[in-house]
Amino acid sequence: MVLWLVAAVLVLLASGVAAVSLSTRPVVAAAVGAWGAVVGCLLGLPAVVAGLAGHASAVTLPWSMPLGSLSIAIDPLSAVFAAPVLVVGALAAIYGQCATHTGGIRHNPGWPWLGYDALLAAMIVVTIARNGVLFLLGWEVMSLASFFLVMNDHDKDHVRRAAWTYLIAMHLGTAFLFAMFARLGAGAGSLDFAVLGRFAATSPEATLVFLLALVGFGTKAGFVPVHVWAPDADTVAPSHVAAVMSGVMTKMGIYGLLRVFLLLGDAAAWWGWALVVVGAASGVVGVTFALAQQDLKRLLAYSSVENLGIVAMGLGVGVLGVAQGNPAVAALGFAGALLHVLNHSLFKSLLFLGAGAIVHVTATKRIDALGGVLKRMPTTGAAMIVGALAISALPPLNGFVGELLIYLGAFQGVAGTNDLAAAWPMRSLLVLAALALISGLAAATFTKVVGIALLGEPRTKAAAHAHETPRGMRAPMVVLATLCVLLGLGAPLALEAVRQAVLSLTPGAMVADVSARLVEARGQLVWVTVGGGMFLSLLGGLMLLRRWLLKGREVTQSGTWDCGYIAPTERMQYSGASFAEPLLRLFSSLLRPTAQLVLPNGLFPTYAKRHNDANEPFVDHGYRPIFQAFAWVAAHLRWVQRGHIQMYVLYIAATLIVLLVWKLG
Amino acid sequence: MTVAAPILHVLTALVASPLLLGVIRRVKAWMSGRKGAPLLQSYYDIVRLLNKGAVYSRTTTWVFRAGPMVGLAAVLVALTLVPLGGVPALMRFQGDLVLFAALLGLLRFFYVLAALDTGSAFEGMGASREIQFSALAEPALLLGLAAMARTTHELSLSPMYDEISFDLVIAPSGAVMLVAVAFLIVFLTENSRLPIDDPNTHLELTMIHEVMVLDHSGPDLAFVEYTSALKLWVLGALLVGIAVPVRTDLWYLDLLAGVAGMFALAVVTGILESTMARLRLSRVPQFLVAAVVFSGLALVLVLR
Repeated sequence: MVLWLVAAVLVLLASGVAAVSLSTRPVVAAAVGAWGAVVGCLLGLPAVVAGLAGHASAVTLPWSMPLGSLSIAIDPLSAVFAAPVLVVGALAAIYGQCATHTGGIRHNPGWPWLGYDALLAAMIVVTIARNGVLFLLGWEVMSLASFFLVMNDHDKDHVRRAAWTYLIAMHLGTAFLFAMFARLGAGAGSLDFAVLGRFAATSPEATLVFLLALVGFGTKAGFVPVHVWAPDADTVAPSHVAAVMSGVMTKMGIYGLLRVFLLLGDAAAWWGWALVVVGAASGVVGVTFALAQQDLKRLLAYSSVENLGIVAMGLGVGVLGVAQGNPAVAALGFAGALLHVLNHSLFKSLLFLGAGAIVHVTATKRIDALGGVLKRMPTTGAAMIVGALAISALPPLNGFVGELLIYLGAFQGVAGTNDLAAAWPMRSLLVLAALALISGLAAATFTKVVGIALLGEPRTKAAAHAHETPRGMRAPMVVLATLCVLLGLGAPLALEAVRQAVLSLTPGAMVADVSARLVEARGQLVWVTVGGGMFLSLLGGLMLLRRWLLKGREVTQSGTWDCGYIAPTERMQYSGASFAEPLLRLFSSLLRPTAQLVLPNGLFPTYAKRHNDANEPFVDHGYRPIFQAFAWVAAHLRWVQRGHIQMYVLYIAATLIVLLVWKLG
Repeated sequence: MTVAAPILHVLTALVASPLLLGVIRRVKAWMSGRKGAPLLQSYYDIVRLLNKGAVYSRTTTWVFRAGPMVGLAAVLVALTLVPLGGVPALMRFQGDLVLFAALLGLLRFFYVLAALDTGSAFEGMGASREIQFSALAEPALLLGLAAMARTTHELSLSPMYDEISFDLVIAPSGAVMLVAVAFLIVFLTENSRLPIDDPNTHLELTMIHEVMVLDHSGPDLAFVEYTSALKLWVLGALLVGIAVPVRTDLWYLDLLAGVAGMFALAVVTGILESTMARLRLSRVPQFLVAAVVFSGLALVLVLR
């Protein structure tokens, strides 16, 4: 079965190369690149479906590389993470082809499509690789391909800066992974996952590997405080690329962490604690910063930090459940985290595609410059409202399901009667408090997105002239929105899809218990379906009732009632900044906002202004000083590089002598 | 009998919840020496509104029209999840408390969107405040429920509330009492009562909930009024379940005690509203954080 995925990788790479070679005919090149991606993704689907159903398959091929063989395999865990690559990858490709097509092609479109196809292929390789070298190869291609895609509008200064930040962050992260694989492979002589070192969970080696993995993979996932690349990169990347990067690529960090857990065997309890703490921090910080953003795509990028934090909390709950021997907590934590991985990839890419469509027709990303978009772009707007409801974890949509299971895992931790459940109850306190706070702030964030950007009156000419996008851009969004609804109403089936993967994460002794608990959880999710169905039928009934009541009655249109004020203008509307300000004031010590205030002056004031800036204190107070210190040191070491050939010869000779002395001594 | 009691509870709530509003208004009128509106005024209002046409702002979209319907549908589903003291809910499963909180979130989400859809500065202001206060009320509610889950070892609202007894409420740890205080604050906040919000005014600087629904008219406004009454009932039931720990083996006695508790709560709310001044707006978050602290403290106490 796994060979289907190999075929997908080959088709993706071939169509990317073909797109580049067709550069003389840009329209054909874009079509080849995009439809190649679609065909490649469809080719991979049978293997993923089989993997989700629990049919593992592995292939080992001879390889000229050192350190092991070319081993690839698909198992349930790989399938859970490969599925979003294929689904979102194909849909975003269709959207991207249409968006670049109608937007006018400035550069040769072949290269971006090679980058896009290579990004998808690399993510598939990462999920199926069973050898450290192959894994890192895929990982590196994934980072480089996305770097070139972020660099797409390289004639702009801020784009170049964002892309370089991204490249540096990715390579610092990858450096940790190199160290991690070196540690894992030490003594084994091969980096094949089958023979990689297994350490006892409490040994210093395992601790080191876990920490390296947490930093290395956490950088990709965008955990706080190594999230700083995400807001910049996702904002400047083309929207279909941002959808894939933010919705799917970040999950590869989660996949890597889980794969390492499987390699290590037993997990120590404090790893679960670390994940819970990192997840809670990422969740709260991510959503608070998201609420503060004025830039639509930046806001979505921060919201990914939040959602990956929720996933990490779920995993932490699961690991603690395993460490504690509590099958209910383990089952609910892992299942919730994996479901949230699937669900987030759908609604986040939906929101990015929607944001991209708005940017496409209005040429602005500033929320406060928009307004009234839903009237002008009914399909895009409606799809985005579905996405916003889903990401705010509201029933009956899919975002609610994953969070419900994580909530339940945390509640199980406090409610149980036996001694097992009584241990470490504080973990549940942390998870519950963080999740409750996050859900309130997420609701504020996405009512701001929908209420300010999509509803009301347009605040600028650009927004007033918005118009619906072509069908090729709308259709992928409609499909994603439909999937969000279906996975919400079909929650028990969605749980079935991740069931095998959850079982593969639990140690052998607990599998039977965890399996039983998953059946219980499915029973609870059936009630969510019942509740959702009840809600929708009540809603339908009320719609009919309202129509019947209003039939034949006078229904008139007028201006908005503004308490007697006779000349309301669109500029009097609440702006996104003013909407979010009261909540953000509570978090000002975290956000460190800066504001410019020009007060009205004189008896007949004509001008007043208030401007709020959303800052990134992690960069301003954390990374920038460090990198500036680096630059200072580098500048002061410049005398080493004089450009005189004699000096370089001297360096070589000196190095040789030092090595000789070291070898002989 | 096990089916009759929950159905009877839902029917009672559907019929009697607007009466709670009437009782609160009557108590406030008495306290201020007025005669006050008839007890059934809320019913008259709803019927009158249902018989009217509607006026819509040209700015608005389908979201504005959907708001009242989504809100009513959500609170109706929430009603089937909430027990009244010893009377279990119609739907009960492990984790129903999360669905309950999320349904109230759905209601709020659409009300806020409908308010922003009008493009009015007033309604934007109300929406902004509503979302701020509810973001703080939600942790108080969930942490309080977690403390109750810990105390009763149950993860579903109905068995959880069935476990509550007089001894548990006056237990020396005081945890359940703390939860009750936190739930009272959540109840007052979510139902836009004093000292957070004034349900009688939408034209002052404290406007929150009432100003959000300023543009609704006709049947839409009737839905909004009815939703408010039902929301008062479902959140009140969470509080009454603790404050009136009457658990007999006879379901009709439990139901009677619960309904009596609901009306007692309405009287208490009326007295509270008459005797308290509205908090300054910048103080409200502190008041809500106090609720979160009470719930959190209760959870820590039972976790020891």
